[in-house]
Amino acid sequence: MIAAGFQAETAVLVIPIVAAIVLALLPSYRVTAQLNVAASLLTFVAALSLFVIERPVPGEYLFVDDLNIVFIVLNAFVGLTASIFSASYVGHELETGRLTAANLRFYHAMYQIMMFGMNLAFVSNNIGLMWVAVELATLSTVVMVGIYRTHEALEAAWKYFILGSVGIALALFGTILVYMAARPVIGEGHDAMVWTLLVEKAADFDPALLNVAFVFLLLGYGTKVGLAPLHAWLPDAHAEGPTPISAVLSGLLLNVALYVVLRFKILLAASPDAIAPGPLMITMGLTSLIFAAFMLYRRRDIKRMFAYSSIEHMGIIVFAFGMGGPLANFAGLLHMVMHSLTKSAIFYAVGHIAQIKGTQKIADIRGLTETHPGLGWAFLVGVVAIAGLPPLGVFMSEFLIVSSTFATQPLLAIPLVFGLLVAFGALILRGTGIAFGEPTGSTAPSNASYLPIYAHLILVLGAGLYLPPPLVGWFQHVARLLG
Amino acid sequence: MNGLTFDIAHMLAGGLVLVSFMLLYQDRLYALLNVYALHALVLSLSVAWQAYVQDAPHLYVTAAIALVFKAGVIPIALHRIILRLGIHRDIETVVGIGMTMLAGIGLVALSMVVMLRVTPDADPLAREDLAFALSVLLLGLLVMVTRRNAIGQVVGFMALENGLVLAATGAKGMPLVVEISVAFSIVIAFVVIGIFLFRIRERFDTVDIAALDDFRGERR
Repeated sequence: MIAAGFQAETAVLVIPIVAAIVLALLPSYRVTAQLNVAASLLTFVAALSLFVIERPVPGEYLFVDDLNIVFIVLNAFVGLTASIFSASYVGHELETGRLTAANLRFYHAMYQIMMFGMNLAFVSNNIGLMWVAVELATLSTVVMVGIYRTHEALEAAWKYFILGSVGIALALFGTILVYMAARPVIGEGHDAMVWTLLVEKAADFDPALLNVAFVFLLLGYGTKVGLAPLHAWLPDAHAEGPTPISAVLSGLLLNVALYVVLRFKILLAASPDAIAPGPLMITMGLTSLIFAAFMLYRRRDIKRMFAYSSIEHMGIIVFAFGMGGPLANFAGLLHMVMHSLTKSAIFYAVGHIAQIKGTQKIADIRGLTETHPGLGWAFLVGVVAIAGLPPLGVFMSEFLIVSSTFATQPLLAIPLVFGLLVAFGALILRGTGIAFGEPTGSTAPSNASYLPIYAHLILVLGAGLYLPPPLVGWFQHVARLLG
Repeated sequence: MNGLTFDIAHMLAGGLVLVSFMLLYQDRLYALLNVYALHALVLSLSVAWQAYVQDAPHLYVTAAIALVFKAGVIPIALHRIILRLGIHRDIETVVGIGMTMLAGIGLVALSMVVMLRVTPDADPLAREDLAFALSVLLLGLLVMVTRRNAIGQVVGFMALENGLVLAATGAKGMPLVVEISVAFSIVIAFVVIGIFLFRIRERFDTVDIAALDDFRGERR
């Protein structure tokens, strides 16, 4: 059984890498789009199987525990629905001539390499390997953001590359410092980078060194989470790349960086003399939330607007984890899952909308519920969900975050609620503007499949109405792990 | 560790900081590339010395990569790109040289204060190495923010990576995985950048980032 567990663990890595090679070799875009879906489906099955089969012992490089399994399964699920969405999206892009068949071959191979990088970041038990994986996932998305080769796409990709690299460089420096702190205790060599060993012995590490290391790690990986003031790459990268990539960036890649920050937070919490990471995370989280909430009002580009909304939600999540404690951690985890599902659903909808209307300008999109009811209403539900209205899942997690904040630090709840309300106003204002009013633009029916959007929204609605007790128990357990 | 080995290691790491300062005031692209090649050369010497001192043969590989790839191949390739694309060879800096140098001095002081204070127990070589490495990293960052030109930014980024390699080799016994990954990431970075420069050339007549900034999505 343990062997089976190890196989599943490696399967989530091997499937994407094999798929990437195959996809790079196959010329036909129709086949590759479907193969891309098939590979993502296989990865998802492998990820799900991690739940049922017994876990392997943590190895020197790879391991699966209760924390990362949540991320792996979420990653594989959104990766799957995004590949389904992507198949219909790229078909349209090919017809309109924005992408060529050669572009698509490259795109599909890169998609799987990105999935590989993200999965590797989740399962790696070595902080060096984790860094490599995040870097790999970043670089593969950089080239995909620039794939349209327009002025805007190139600028976005360049900015993303430069800021992402600086962030990743700071993170590596932090990683080296963690090794320096661990070396006197654990000894030289591989062991001093194995996360499970680091956590065991963290109490004996030099706290001052760990503190400095965490600051670098938070700034470095925080750039990739999109925390203000290091967020500048995020709106451009979301707005100018292909929409499936925007969905994956918001829904998954930000989570990867967040996951790594959480790993190091646990490490810091295990060392009693080190600084509490909470205040730093709370400050960055609140800054991002309030900044992004105000920025939402001035957006004219629909994808850019939802990119700012991602910054806002990442701010909320980092705030929740910064607060700490079982309840806030639980809420943070739940919010992260809900945000991934909702935001990617919105980006799927936005992708279809932009293709039908031929524009990303908010002002040029009106009356969507009249011309395309199936799409328009789904979009509206998504916006309502992300704005945090009941009975959807995001409301529940936001409510938990606010109430747990009131219970422990009432003063901090004021800026939090303020930011939430400001963002709420902007999202509802723009969302209703797009959904209702005099229809503009093309009214031609779209033959694209809305299944991925509906699947995500049903899950979000379901989670808002009823969370199954085993799931709650699981989340609570993970929340306790996070300290 | 005896006095001489320490002194040599110290001198080489300090030399790297000095060359980083030299990067700061270059206002010609070719000169910038030449200084960068020198930067990589000093790094390679420093890493080789560490390999000798720590008796860690795998570090010689890192030194060789720095020597061949960073001090040789990359500057030459960038030279050719500049020629092929006919890029304007003067670099526009965002702020004056004097201010940049002052900021650089401030950053070095900052990294000394931070790193020396938090590592009183570490062995002196690793300690000084880390402080120097952080200086090089921050100076690389400063090169990046003060250049408007894409190639200038790339050079700043590579100088920053050199600082990381210095830190990684200074940390005794750090697994090879990381050194290779650093070198590897530079290779990837370079491929990516190469593609980028190429594509930028396809569309623009300049590799000046300011020209890209004109196409902000918000102002469409």
